[in-house]
Amino acid sequence: MVGKRSLALFAVLGFGYAFLYLPIVLLVIFSFNESRLVTVWSGFSTKWYGELLGNQKILDAAWLSLKIAFVNACGAVFLATLAAVVIVRFRSFRGRTLFLALVTAPLVMPEIITGLATLLMFVAMEHAVGWPEGRSATTVTIAHITFSMAFATVVIQSRLSQMDRTLEEAAMDLGARPLKVFFVITLPIIAPSLLAAWLLAFTLSLDDLVIASFVSGPGSSTLPQVIFSSVRLGVSPQINALATIFVGVVTVGILLAGRLMNRNESAGR
Amino acid sequence: MNGRPGNGRPANGWTGAVRWVVAGGLGRLLVVLPPYAWLTLFFLVPFVIVLKISFAEMVSAIPPYTPLVAWVEDVYLQLRLNMANYIFLLDDGLYLTAYLNSIKIAAIATALCLLLGYPMAYAIARAPEARRNGLLLLIMLPFWTSFLIRVYAWIGILKDEGLLNNFLIAIGVIDQPLAILHTDWAVYIGLVYSYLPFMVLPLYATLEKMDLTLLEAAADLGCRPLRAFLLVTLPLSMPGIVAGSMLVFIPSVGEFVIPDLLGGPDTLMIGKVLWVEFFTNRDWPLASAVAVAMLVLLVAPILVFQRHRQNAEEPE
Repeated sequence: MVGKRSLALFAVLGFGYAFLYLPIVLLVIFSFNESRLVTVWSGFSTKWYGELLGNQKILDAAWLSLKIAFVNACGAVFLATLAAVVIVRFRSFRGRTLFLALVTAPLVMPEIITGLATLLMFVAMEHAVGWPEGRSATTVTIAHITFSMAFATVVIQSRLSQMDRTLEEAAMDLGARPLKVFFVITLPIIAPSLLAAWLLAFTLSLDDLVIASFVSGPGSSTLPQVIFSSVRLGVSPQINALATIFVGVVTVGILLAGRLMNRNESAGR
Repeated sequence: MNGRPGNGRPANGWTGAVRWVVAGGLGRLLVVLPPYAWLTLFFLVPFVIVLKISFAEMVSAIPPYTPLVAWVEDVYLQLRLNMANYIFLLDDGLYLTAYLNSIKIAAIATALCLLLGYPMAYAIARAPEARRNGLLLLIMLPFWTSFLIRVYAWIGILKDEGLLNNFLIAIGVIDQPLAILHTDWAVYIGLVYSYLPFMVLPLYATLEKMDLTLLEAAADLGCRPLRAFLLVTLPLSMPGIVAGSMLVFIPSVGEFVIPDLLGGPDTLMIGKVLWVEFFTNRDWPLASAVAVAMLVLLVAPILVFQRHRQNAEEPE
């Protein structure tokens, strides 16, 4: 009964993967193109990488974005771990419904609304209490933590709810206090999900254009903002070079993470 | 952190309060408070402020809107709700068109995503077990590279002298370049490209869990494969279809980057309208009114729907 039908199925799968990867492959190939035209091949060259490395504006923005993404990921994972514990373990407390709504809402909120709302709040706050003074990397970080903690919570929560509770109960029976149980038993077990959540939050922050456009100040343009304004002016081989570096870093990172997880899994068996 | 159920509710009275602290209530409060306070301050309060400003008037001042509450003649506390922004939204056909157009574009993109994503998820779910994780990883991998850069890649492919047109002309399919960039078609391609993983993952999750003996039973009873698919597999994968469609449809409606970079001047989408209202026209109250309308008409129904589904899945 297989034969023709499964062949068609795998043709679709092949088409799907080609659709997903061809644009990225082309981007990488044309980053090594000599010509300024990114669509006509005229010879191999790495000059766009040289120009990219000499572009102080992009470098500054990239450094700023990395710093924001790092602080954001740490803050988001901290808050998301607490939120996941609340969702999975605290089955009944006053305000749970509102809490659940607040944690899930950023997942479905259009970024453009979140961005506008957060900015208006910062402006109103500055007007009322004098903080934050203008828009800066700080306001971007706060806005990023708010939406990326929602995604991080989903990741940690699913791991926490699948966890074997008997280990905690055993520790508690042996007289360990709840806080100690959490740090000695629970945290190591959910640690892989914390790492996954951290990476997700980091990527989300590094990727965000819309929210950052609302809440960043004149001196704090993030990398996506700089890319966006240069893409709006037209296609540029420098952006191709930047994309290739991105793809390279992500590929290496995923391969490393995959090997690490494989090793952990086989060690755990 | 204390897992024993039922001991977290603060009891009344002083002795009750002491018992509550001893039972771990204070610890629980310290766990609940940081995320709760953060989300309230930086997520809930902003929406209250947006609602407030949507009833204000634009003025050239800092901040550029009028206060709603003011003292008049030192004795009257006056609340001024300016409805002009909402009336303007209804009167000016642009906003209604943009709403309807956003919904149309998001719906078509979701349908296209489903059309491509379903067979992909199906093929992965029926692939040998050892290969499934690798195939799934390949679906997710592009998500980890920059979204903006993936959209940018399509500009080079779709433009008039772009790679697609060059290729089609070279193999002789067309002799005039197709105008795809800056049309709705480019927006569909961009949306499907960006949100395909969000369709495939939930579909895969339901298809993979499916009990294949049901199909054998259907075949034993004389059901042809196509009929068995329509009668058994498709209904069973409905939760995945719904979840995937939501994950694609919701962000597509409010999408700004894709219509801005790939769409044309007549690609009206509400996200872009809000952006222009805020950044170009600097009309904060009107932008707020657009946001509130968007929330009420799009996001709120979806949240209610999701809560119903969650309640159905995990009864408390």
